[in-house]
Amino acid sequence: IMSIFGEVPQAAPVAVFKLTADFREDQNHSKVNLGVGAYRTDECQPWVLPVVRKVEKMIADDHSLNHEYLPILGLPEFRSSASKIALGEDSPAIKDNRVGAVQCLGGTGALKIGAEFLRRWYNGTDNTKTPVYVSAPTWENHNAVFSNAGFEDIRPYKYWDAGKRGLDLEGFLGDLESAPDHSIFVLHACAHNPTGTDPTQDQWKKIADVMKRKSLFAFFDSAYQGFASGNLDKDAWAVRYFVSQGFELFCAQSFSKNFGLYNERVGNLTVVAKDQDNLNRALSQMEKIVRITWSNPPSQGARLVAITLNTPELFAEWKDNVKTMAERVLLMRAQLKEKLKALGTPGTWEHITEQIGMFSFTGLNPKQVEYLVKEKHVYLMASGRINMCGLTTKNIDYVAESIHEAVTTVQ
Amino acid sequence: MLELKASALLHILWSSQDILFFFFFSSWWTEVQMGPPDPILGVTEAFKRDTNPKKMNLGVGAYRDDQGKPFVLNCVRKAEAQIAAKKLDKEYLPIGGMAEFSKACAQLALGPDNEVLKSGRSITVQTISGTGSLRVGANFVSRFHNVSRDVYLPKPSWGNHTPIFRDAGMQLKAYSYYDPKTCGFDFKGALDEISKIPEKSVIVLHACAHNPTGVDPRPEQWKEMAALIKKRNLLVFFDMAYQGFASGDIDRDAWAVRYFIEQGHNILLSQSFAKNMGLYGERVGGFTVVCKDAEEAKRVESQLKILIRPIYSNPPMNGARIASTILNTPELYKEWLVEVKGMADRIIKMREMLVSNLKKEGSTHNWQHVIDQIGMFCFTGLKPEQVERLIKEFSIYMTKDGRISVAGVTSANVGYLAHAIHAVTK
Repeated sequence: IMSIFGEVPQAAPVAVFKLTADFREDQNHSKVNLGVGAYRTDECQPWVLPVVRKVEKMIADDHSLNHEYLPILGLPEFRSSASKIALGEDSPAIKDNRVGAVQCLGGTGALKIGAEFLRRWYNGTDNTKTPVYVSAPTWENHNAVFSNAGFEDIRPYKYWDAGKRGLDLEGFLGDLESAPDHSIFVLHACAHNPTGTDPTQDQWKKIADVMKRKSLFAFFDSAYQGFASGNLDKDAWAVRYFVSQGFELFCAQSFSKNFGLYNERVGNLTVVAKDQDNLNRALSQMEKIVRITWSNPPSQGARLVAITLNTPELFAEWKDNVKTMAERVLLMRAQLKEKLKALGTPGTWEHITEQIGMFSFTGLNPKQVEYLVKEKHVYLMASGRINMCGLTTKNIDYVAESIHEAVTTVQ
Repeated sequence: MLELKASALLHILWSSQDILFFFFFSSWWTEVQMGPPDPILGVTEAFKRDTNPKKMNLGVGAYRDDQGKPFVLNCVRKAEAQIAAKKLDKEYLPIGGMAEFSKACAQLALGPDNEVLKSGRSITVQTISGTGSLRVGANFVSRFHNVSRDVYLPKPSWGNHTPIFRDAGMQLKAYSYYDPKTCGFDFKGALDEISKIPEKSVIVLHACAHNPTGVDPRPEQWKEMAALIKKRNLLVFFDMAYQGFASGDIDRDAWAVRYFIEQGHNILLSQSFAKNMGLYGERVGGFTVVCKDAEEAKRVESQLKILIRPIYSNPPMNGARIASTILNTPELYKEWLVEVKGMADRIIKMREMLVSNLKKEGSTHNWQHVIDQIGMFCFTGLKPEQVERLIKEFSIYMTKDGRISVAGVTSANVGYLAHAIHAVTK
């Protein structure tokens, strides 16, 4: 019989997962994986946060807990405490009862629900033609999330200046000015993925000014709060500034990295509206979207985060665990830069310590990347993005030398 | 005047530009209408607000024990303890989920010796329970089944089927299924309407324990349907949310699915472990595509990943790990089979008790359908006005279509329920 799937083409694998798959198959014992964005200890092992183990045990030992459905919008204690993390305990917007949230499947899920809502309700009831701007470059899944939500016009905004290896503020502001009013802009709250380059506070203020004037919608993607600087409030500065400037906005929060809960899919879409009435109507429509996507979210991860955030000693312990991760990353950044300088590797490497968060845009070109992967078994993304967490005190010399080789051998 | 004074005060704190922005900027969401409450989950919300001590929640389909309490299966607790002891990490799962789970999930549905599994000509991905599975399936059909936009649902079907398929871009149609005159299967009507379905349309079948009616075709009827559907060259999409939960026997409940495959239907299949393992809030499910051969299965798998990634990237681990541990550990698997039968048996007993109590109340109506129907739900045959009275006068909550979740019935409240039903139907 003819198959109905006879014409289904083989899809290309998702690059970042293919990289890890190739790394796994590599038999070379010097191999280093600087690909997928997950934290690793100095022994290059995944790290389940001590506070997570503690709370997991609490949950397991509590036989009064069951596996019943969560409400469609998720666990209430999770949603409210997660939003407080983003906006601050004393957020005036929270006090005004104009902040709500939807518990989602990771940061991806939060982006998805936000995108689906905007397409249906943002500026009129059909936003398929409303431009959505994502940074150049950006997390590679942003494009797919918005296009699958029905947006037909997804555009880049200037962001990364390859020449100076930093933020192209002029280009960014220029694209904001020339964007049609009411366009949607996806902003990285901190620790920009993949460049690690964030606007300064003054630069954020300039960005907010233009966005306000042109009624551009701010959709924050916050996947690294706490993980970037080690300080939750510092990493949330941009989101809170925009709220203080009167923006209605979305903030897609992920707890994958800062809680190390990658596979439990813990995310939160924080919604800041003008007032409670608008908020409630928006949430009611988000409920409908959630119902036809996953009905209601998974319980385990949200419970864990809620207990942690709402219990003072556990909250303190969590912040400490987050600091541990952030500090190891900062240490690796400092050491990598030192070693490259010591080797006399051509080029400037200041950006390695100027950049922040899990990732660094090294500036290596595709040929140099290929050299690293094939000849040195150092795995990184074709864009030159490395995951700093893949560096350890044991492999950093090898990586520095390999980068040196790549830069001097391949142009 | 007042506005000016307020703005004068605020001027101390804000620049005039900010004030203009705040006062003249109406919300983005001004035109957003209040969404209607979800009819099924809305029932639970109304129930929660009711203060009547005799209140009964016969709305949402979650199993309750004879004390009316949520039931965490023993095998689930054991699996959880085993998992906790291993101190596993929390690294991302692959997009398609946990491999050991997906394999066991397919084996449970198809039977471990199924030729489909041996030849590798199917792909199963872990999904966000049954809803997530249907959503991925609907998206897949919408993107790749270009020869038809039509999805045929039984009349009636689970309320969420329609918006899921519609949002995925499909057109919804229906085939006759439930006969309100008999509160049973309209076999003749179903065959008649299925025979007219345009070729290559998608047809959704409930594998067992039809939701909301509890009315399932008998094996001989399934056989005729399979032959007719084959003749009409329709794409079969099975929704199996109650395997084991319907008859208490997992093979018996999967019989239709396996028969169709045997007869050469390359089916789509959604599975949920919400009910049969009581893992509701953990969101455990699977979506399976039976293909022509292993090569095609690989192509289909690659496209499923492309569909999943922009929704939620990869699925949650906890529930799948529990389910996989149970399915792959012989003692736990045996224990699970006993527990799932226990749940099914209690439901069957409640059906019988409800009918005997109705007779005791003096009801002269024919309540045989309550016993003939199967699974969690019962289409009582009650009319909306009668349902309204049950809610208002007796604090007995169910959906307007007269569907009750038998799982909400206990030996302690079945008498009250019978009394109330008799009161509104006599």
